[in-house]
Amino acid sequence: MIEFTLPSLGADMEEGTLLEWKVAPGDTVKKGQALAIVDTAKSAVDVEIWYEGTVHELLVQPGEKVPVGTLLATLLEPGEVAPPPAEGKTPAPAVIEFETPAAPATAPVPSATQATAATRKPISPAARHRAKELGVDADSLAGTGPGGAVTLEDVEKAVLPPEAERAPTPEPEKPADKLSAMRQAIAAAMAKSKREIPHYYLSETIPMAHALAWLAEENARRPMNERVLPAALQIKAVARALERYPELNGFFTEGAFRPAEAIHPGIAISLRQGGLVAPALMDAGRKPLGQLMLDLADLVKRTRTGSLRSSELTRAGITITILGDQGVESVFGVIYPPQVALVGFGRISTRPWVDDGQVCAMPLVNASLSADHRVSDGHRGALFLAELRELLQRPEELAE
Amino acid sequence: MNESELKTVLLATLCSIAPEVEPEELRQDRPLRNQVDLDSMDWLNFLIGLHDKLKVDIPESDYARLVTLNDLIAYLGAKLPP
Repeated sequence: MIEFTLPSLGADMEEGTLLEWKVAPGDTVKKGQALAIVDTAKSAVDVEIWYEGTVHELLVQPGEKVPVGTLLATLLEPGEVAPPPAEGKTPAPAVIEFETPAAPATAPVPSATQATAATRKPISPAARHRAKELGVDADSLAGTGPGGAVTLEDVEKAVLPPEAERAPTPEPEKPADKLSAMRQAIAAAMAKSKREIPHYYLSETIPMAHALAWLAEENARRPMNERVLPAALQIKAVARALERYPELNGFFTEGAFRPAEAIHPGIAISLRQGGLVAPALMDAGRKPLGQLMLDLADLVKRTRTGSLRSSELTRAGITITILGDQGVESVFGVIYPPQVALVGFGRISTRPWVDDGQVCAMPLVNASLSADHRVSDGHRGALFLAELRELLQRPEELAE
Repeated sequence: MNESELKTVLLATLCSIAPEVEPEELRQDRPLRNQVDLDSMDWLNFLIGLHDKLKVDIPESDYARLVTLNDLIAYLGAKLPP
């Protein structure tokens, strides 16, 4: 049996509302297929599955708001036969227990299972699932649900140290509008970043004359809708430079660094109504520049229309922010946890520069690196920026 | 296509990219990107949108002189068949 749970679609997400199922029981699904649309504080997201199988049971209904980790659906593995209801891993009575919590306590189930049944507390299916995942003995917990039922919250509390700093959840409030929900989500993630990540910051001025001249020539050959922006070239250069600096691309969780499995940089994209999302541009280093540009344009469009995929919100190990269009010379970004670095580009502007002993007018861009000192040091960060500068001097090599 | 029809196309394309724009508040003689929050991707999409609707090719080397709505109207008007 495959369990399809609500993934965390970013450090700032605690819960999501199921908007729509895109499959029904009996449907076969492919790896990477979107099964459901879930609304988060930031946007509606297509939630994908990473296994093949056949949809068995949908456990959450559209409109329900559930915490991250909740079992949304079960699927049968290829070749697996649906278990008869009575033999399921989660005994059917558990559901009944929760719905009529008083029943098991007053009328213990007779028969051989009596001993366990007598000590077994009513527990919601989601809570039972989570308890198993966390290795918590749900029967030992004091339930706060109806009739003393153990709820998901009880299970999660059992493994959490009593952290005073846990952000108070705004649950009891009236439904806030989308923008303020986004503001809160950004606030939570950025406050966590500044509280926990010891940032260090580096910057480097990069000459862009050759890159821009090459791009102008390239674009003169391309039809309008295939022209490439300097941003695409910068993203490609960052992705290539990261190949040699894996300590800048990954996740710091539970006290340890885990490198990302591939180079999928998150691209900070501002929304017209305010706020931002930084979805991953998949395999940015391996795509030909023209394709990278089309994918970037598509990502910007889908971010702004709210149709991102869950993988795009979970796989980025680094973020790139390009603020040059707003006219700033430099940006020193705040790392998006659990990522460990952020690369920023300011405006490309023509300034005085000394080249080969001569002062000249040169288009320049300031590139910056904000990185997590728990994982990397300034020395490696400096080498990374130097590599980035060198790559941008050889744009031909970034074409393919 | 006369100037007013061209302006209608320009504004419709602009509003498809920046829905918050109030066309009547735009000054035709002021730089468009100072009045509307358009990043380079938006700007490219705006020009691609005009290209699709008007079948006019705009070389990248001309982007720099298309600053105001008036610039665009004059530039595109000269390229369109009368």
